Amino acid sequence: MLELRNVSLNLDGTNGAGKEILRNVNLKLERGKLYAITGPNGGGKTSLAKVIMGIYTPSEGQVLLDGEDITCLGITERAHRGIAYGFQQPPRFKGLLVEEIMKIARPNLDTVQLRGYLRDVGLCPEDYLDRDLGPGLSGGEIKRIEVAQLLARNAPVTILDEPEAGVDLWTIQKLISIITKRYKGNSQGIAIVITHNEQFLPVCDEIILLAEGSVQERGTPEQIWPLIRDDIVCKMKGQCGGSVYGVQ
Amino acid sequence: MEFSKLEKDLLAAVADLHTLPQGAINIRKDGQAVLRRSSPNIEVIGKADRPGIDIIVKPGTTNEAVHVPVILTNSGFKDLVYNTFVIGEGADVLVVAGCGIHNQGTGVSRHDGVHEIIVKKGARMRYVEKHYGEGGPDGKRILNPSTVITVEEGAYAEMEMVQIKGVDDTRRTTTAYVYDQGNLKIIEKLLTHGNQEAESEIEINLVGTDSTAQVISRSVAQDGSRQEFKAALIGKERCNGHVECDAIIMGNAQIRSVPELVAESAEAILTHEAAIGKIAGEQLIKLMSLGLTEKEAVDTILSGFLR
Repeated sequence: MLELRNVSLNLDGTNGAGKEILRNVNLKLERGKLYAITGPNGGGKTSLAKVIMGIYTPSEGQVLLDGEDITCLGITERAHRGIAYGFQQPPRFKGLLVEEIMKIARPNLDTVQLRGYLRDVGLCPEDYLDRDLGPGLSGGEIKRIEVAQLLARNAPVTILDEPEAGVDLWTIQKLISIITKRYKGNSQGIAIVITHNEQFLPVCDEIILLAEGSVQERGTPEQIWPLIRDDIVCKMKGQCGGSVYGVQ
Repeated sequence: MEFSKLEKDLLAAVADLHTLPQGAINIRKDGQAVLRRSSPNIEVIGKADRPGIDIIVKPGTTNEAVHVPVILTNSGFKDLVYNTFVIGEGADVLVVAGCGIHNQGTGVSRHDGVHEIIVKKGARMRYVEKHYGEGGPDGKRILNPSTVITVEEGAYAEMEMVQIKGVDDTRRTTTAYVYDQGNLKIIEKLLTHGNQEAESEIEINLVGTDSTAQVISRSVAQDGSRQEFKAALIGKERCNGHVECDAIIMGNAQIRSVPELVAESAEAILTHEAAIGKIAGEQLIKLMSLGLTEKEAVDTILSGFLR
């Protein structure tokens, strides 16, 4: 089980003033479940993921993994404990090859598996294995390679930060089915997906709505989806002047 | 010819020579040729008037390589050599040069290589030159190569010059002339550390119509080292040239990067991009999130960058 106890996070804003990013977050996440974290931009979703990965150290509170307090552990140690995080905007590396980063993600990966994970995210292995992770790849391609690394790692705690962003509609459906198949009911792992995707949210075991740095709602898709669906419809109406597509 | 372990290690570092290769070869050690061999298609001849060799590749020679490494093992030895390479029309060959210095003493070991390379009409040449130094902290290791290369009509030359470790001081000059539809690609990879200094000055004259040139420089400056990189593209006819210099700076190092474009024809298309920066924190965090330590992450980033 992954547990966040009274986690708060303040980061330096502009002018050096502390900005409250997370406020008293309490969460218990169990193995065998696929969780969705959703909520408005700037609500703290990515920061929460980074607190779990150890990229940010909480100003207050604790992070516990299977009862062990890991609040003070660094990123590398948490990776070794089995936490994996797929970046929302993965950095680029000049000269580092797709095959190499996949093997860093999972050192004993064999060629068949490696190719399989690339195909899972809609990339043809022949075209990508020896590609450089530099500026020659599009945002969508780099994002898919990020997701492929997470699939290859198969970590006990997997956090995917907007995995569908930049991925085409055909691949999204496949990606959702791969993630749900792997993590729903898998007693070995916890998966957390940060998403706004209306196809993804309803198939998760639980939806956690995070806004203004704290958990606003948490429950099954049946409980939460109607609440946020209306909210999404309202927002889209506000933005596009009334016509709403794709939200039923 | 038997080489000691030290000599073998130097040869492996600069020319990937783990065993003696087939074909044409010249190994120069402390100012003397210790092994010289021609092949039926590639002649290696000592110069009569000054130290050095002529390497003459017969027209039409393909799938052959010539190895011409230099090693210095006597502390304080100063070597000066003139080498001329003529790659015959229509040939397609690999030239492996390189210099390794082992200086265990307190003197200044120095190798100045003056190279002239002519890639004849329609020929293709890949030239690889690695620099490597090792030994105690008191001796200095200096390498100053200067190269003039001519790429004739429709010829292609690729020069990869690598200096990763152990050379205290290097000043490299490369001057090139590229003729009609000739194509030159220069790749420089450099890592300096400690108090090392490295300068590289490249001037490419695109003198022929539809000549092309590309310069790719990747460098890493660590500790208190200093680097200066100058690359000038001079377009005299309808031509296409691009310079790309990318550097990672660490510690208290200094890097100066000076790309220069000179167009003497309205049909010349010349571009450059230069960037200097430290390793991005996001890159380190990303690799650490895959389980690498910070040091492993830095090493992975640098070795990829300098590949």
